[in-house]
Amino acid sequence: MGIPATIREDFPILGQRVNGKPLVYLDSAATSQKPRQVLDAVRRYYEEYNANVHRGVYSIAERATAEYEAARAAVARFLGAAGPDEIVFTRNVTEALNLVAYAWGRRHLRPGDEILTTEMEHHSDLVPWQLVAQERGARLRHIPFDDQGRLILDELDRLLTERTRIVALVHVSNTFGTVNPVAEVTRRAHACGALVIVDGAQSAPHRPVDVRALGCDFFGFTGHKMLAPMGIGGLWARRPLLEEMDPFLGGGEMISDVWLDRATWNEVPWKFEAGTPNVGGAIGLGAAIDYLERLGMDAVAAHEREITAYAMERLREIPGLHILGPGVDERGGVVSFWMDDIHPHDISQVLDTEGVCVRAGHHCTKPLHRKLGIGASARASFYVYTIPEEIDVLARALLKTRELFSVAR
Amino acid sequence: MSLDELYREVILDHYTHPRNRGVLEPADITRDGANPLCGDELRISLRVRGGIVEDIRFQGKGCSISQASASMMTEQVKGKPVEEVVRLIAAFKAMMHGEAPAADSLGDLEALQGVRKFPVRVKCATLSWVTLELALDELRPG
Repeated sequence: MGIPATIREDFPILGQRVNGKPLVYLDSAATSQKPRQVLDAVRRYYEEYNANVHRGVYSIAERATAEYEAARAAVARFLGAAGPDEIVFTRNVTEALNLVAYAWGRRHLRPGDEILTTEMEHHSDLVPWQLVAQERGARLRHIPFDDQGRLILDELDRLLTERTRIVALVHVSNTFGTVNPVAEVTRRAHACGALVIVDGAQSAPHRPVDVRALGCDFFGFTGHKMLAPMGIGGLWARRPLLEEMDPFLGGGEMISDVWLDRATWNEVPWKFEAGTPNVGGAIGLGAAIDYLERLGMDAVAAHEREITAYAMERLREIPGLHILGPGVDERGGVVSFWMDDIHPHDISQVLDTEGVCVRAGHHCTKPLHRKLGIGASARASFYVYTIPEEIDVLARALLKTRELFSVAR
Repeated sequence: MSLDELYREVILDHYTHPRNRGVLEPADITRDGANPLCGDELRISLRVRGGIVEDIRFQGKGCSISQASASMMTEQVKGKPVEEVVRLIAAFKAMMHGEAPAADSLGDLEALQGVRKFPVRVKCATLSWVTLELALDELRPG
């Protein structure tokens, strides 16, 4: 079953007009729009049972706790985790990746150890490793990408050594859109005794993910790119890894007992959830997962593949436009591009006057853009609510952009 | 907000036909500027003789606003005394931040006023000016 034609009615924002034109939102890789079902769930929490979790011995606190933990169970089911205790709520993927870099990295990395990432990583999967490598005297290495934005796996045998302790890679590139062969990389990393952490920011919202089938050890995701509010995301990790890791942040909730000079830790996953969590956000995430599961993740992926194929076809018709990344068979719902003699900011500015929202800049992948020799690119990205008519508006607006900038030539 | 207000003809002209592009060799001062948010990069090199900006060049990559602003700036400051350039920089920044009505003396630069209506682009327009300001600071003793 495909995505129902009525889906756009669930997203109040899509009815907006911007600059006198219907909103054409093509920046879902930055953040997704939110359906009424998610907004209602969050509002219900604040209107009916707003209370702190794991504390109050009264009805609405118990309901808040139950709904918060039900959201954790929904995430576990959605990602194919062995159980809810393998899911740690964080603010976003960035915090999930930092959690592992610090809580795992500080304990296990020794001088001379190697951390292997890729040249297409988002800054959030580069900088935490740079910080912990500096602190521990470890060395960073990077899997290169080819001229179509695909990881060069032939390099893996050279890059994976007995010194490699962890491999950190993005599942779906937020710039190229490339779907990386995580299972294959994991198999080879494990053969060398290295762990694997996956940045799932652009995969979990858009395609079926089964962490146990991928075989990886850690998987970070964020809610706001998958229909949920901002400020809620999480980390999946194998339970024994969570058990042996030190806490990341200290405070309330993460303790078992506290004295003035020492403390003992709570059970996992709460050991990693210091302070009052984003309860409303988690409940929104639970509602978002319900929504996606009703659509079916296979249908979500199929819809995006269709839209992406159509977008690539239409963009290829535009003279002087260059698409980054691989063919549609190896790509998620992301199409980044650049145009001869027109800066991405100017593209985005002209598109805005047509109501079209695209991202312009380096998309937090500066090393990737530097390797390509371009300072920035423009990016159109899609989701369950994107329709072909919006791609047509994008194509027309890009032709208009081209015209405007050829005036002075 | 219409596009014509932002992309005035003179701006598009400077963008497509930049003046004083390149790097001065030798230069008295070379200064790099960047806008980390959008990745724009700029290099200003200038030669100052007897208190006069004798020659100036800019090089870099960026959007039409940042490139046109840099091109227009080099045209405006070339041959002017340093004190006058410092005043011009202050007047331009004031205009872009909406602090003062544009003085008549800003000439073509007034075309950049339209950028004010697009707050995220103001930094594009001021990048070259801020970079030049830092370059001139190096001239001052102590």
